[in-house]
Amino acid sequence: MDIVIAAKNLTLAYGDKNIVKNVSLAVGPRTVTALIGPSGCGKSTLLRTFNRMNDFVPSFRLVSGEINYRDLNVYSEKVDPVYIRRRVGMVFQKPNPFPSSIAKNITWGPSINGFTGDYDQLVESSLRRAALWDEVKDKLNSSGLALSGGQQQRLCIARAIAMDPDVILMDEPCSALDPASTARIEDLMTDLRDRYTILIVTHNMQQAARVSENTAFMFQGEMVEYSNTKQIFNAPKQRLTEDYIMGRFG
Amino acid sequence: MSTTTAIANSDMSAITRTGDARLKIRWHELAVVRWLQICAWISVATTIAIVAILVLESSAFFAVVPVWNFLTGTNWSPLIDPRSFGVLPLITGTLVVSLGASLIAVPIGLGSAIYLAEYASPTTRRFIKPTIELLAGIPSVVFGYFAVTTVTPFLQAIFPSTEVFNAASAAIVLGFMVLPMITSLCDDAIRAAPRTLREGGFALAATKAEVSIGILIPASMSAIMASFILGFSRAIGETMAVALAAGSTPNMSLNPLISMQTMTGYIVQVAMGDVPHGTIEYQSIFAVAAALFVMTLILNLLSQFIVRRFARQWE
Repeated sequence: MDIVIAAKNLTLAYGDKNIVKNVSLAVGPRTVTALIGPSGCGKSTLLRTFNRMNDFVPSFRLVSGEINYRDLNVYSEKVDPVYIRRRVGMVFQKPNPFPSSIAKNITWGPSINGFTGDYDQLVESSLRRAALWDEVKDKLNSSGLALSGGQQQRLCIARAIAMDPDVILMDEPCSALDPASTARIEDLMTDLRDRYTILIVTHNMQQAARVSENTAFMFQGEMVEYSNTKQIFNAPKQRLTEDYIMGRFG
Repeated sequence: MSTTTAIANSDMSAITRTGDARLKIRWHELAVVRWLQICAWISVATTIAIVAILVLESSAFFAVVPVWNFLTGTNWSPLIDPRSFGVLPLITGTLVVSLGASLIAVPIGLGSAIYLAEYASPTTRRFIKPTIELLAGIPSVVFGYFAVTTVTPFLQAIFPSTEVFNAASAAIVLGFMVLPMITSLCDDAIRAAPRTLREGGFALAATKAEVSIGILIPASMSAIMASFILGFSRAIGETMAVALAAGSTPNMSLNPLISMQTMTGYIVQVAMGDVPHGTIEYQSIFAVAAALFVMTLILNLLSQFIVRRFARQWE
């Protein structure tokens, strides 16, 4: 199997506190992989190393191990984080559209990255793929902030798609949304997986079960179990995984 | 054990207010409220009084000089016959100096705000911020003689036609006087943009400069514009440095190298001179002050309007 994104014996810290401890994980192409675990288990920190978003946290340190995207060592000094982020997009916990028009939200990323194609077409295709086109096609020039929370989040997904990424990281993308919007985004993830490799951090175990093919369970910075989602939810190998999935703690 | 109980008991018995259950009027409480109320209303009363005097004195002036002639006249010669009360030369002087100041303060202020908010290390920030505040604390008269003794000779070295008193030197020092305010307001505005917005930009493979200029500046634009207008308004009202540096020759010209009188400069000249009270010359300073007040009022309202109208809702 091809490996798109991998963590090898990764230990990450904020200041002196190790947040992620000796974690390894390999993700193949065009799959949805869920990272689950209780708050503070290090899953978001791990996710944010895949596109070096932790660069902006002053106390963040990569203690040991490495992250690979395709054949690149993501944290190597010779690798340009801007390149990594062009290939590895991200959708955040809280919808964060730019305070500008819907169309501008889509075109900004490609425009600064030297996009030479047709912008109208890019806007339409990105919004279509994010299942937002029909709702906004008549108001592309109105502000992205005027949309509902669920629409804003789909706009952020469209914005990420417009960059034609290889991987899309989603950091609890539905935690600020109502159940109906959540269902739409989950449907969307299922549609997107035939084109993109998706990693999603979620608190919602049902969501992990619904959308992902593989699930990694983390606890206190360690990778407890990583395997096929069906297996994790039906026959977990570790007692800790079972306890978490059954809701005995978390 | 026994000592703690004793201490607790003696503390309790020292509280005397619980001794009487009947409702009573607390006179000292009422006195405090009244006092605080008066404090708050003093500002209101002062504003009303000043506006009233402006209206009263300038209406006496406008009874002699028609408002239209005052506002459209291009010759300001209030003290020497033949008298003429056209305020446009003073307004021109004020605008030339204030626009010149903005030309300096806006780019430098915004630039240093972006640097402070996005690039400066905490250590650098801790050094630069107080220094900028120090600049704001320099008395305006110091800026004034600095303009005359340092800036003007410098200008004269470059442009030999520069007069001893000139609008350019006033504009330059005025620019540095409003710079701290613009820097500080823009810095606040940029820092107020949420972290999630920055992350959204970086996640789209933007560089730091692209995020600063392409996202944070547009996102903070309303507050930034408001700071420019407030800075301009401050420049229009600034008196001492301008009166010293720009001179007292009303000149309806756009040439910054010659002497110009601003509205504030004229008020100082007459208020400190020996013009008798009750004369038309004396009343003219109230008319100029009223015009100045209307200008700054409009600018301040405009900046408030911009902030409210375009305020981004960072939930």
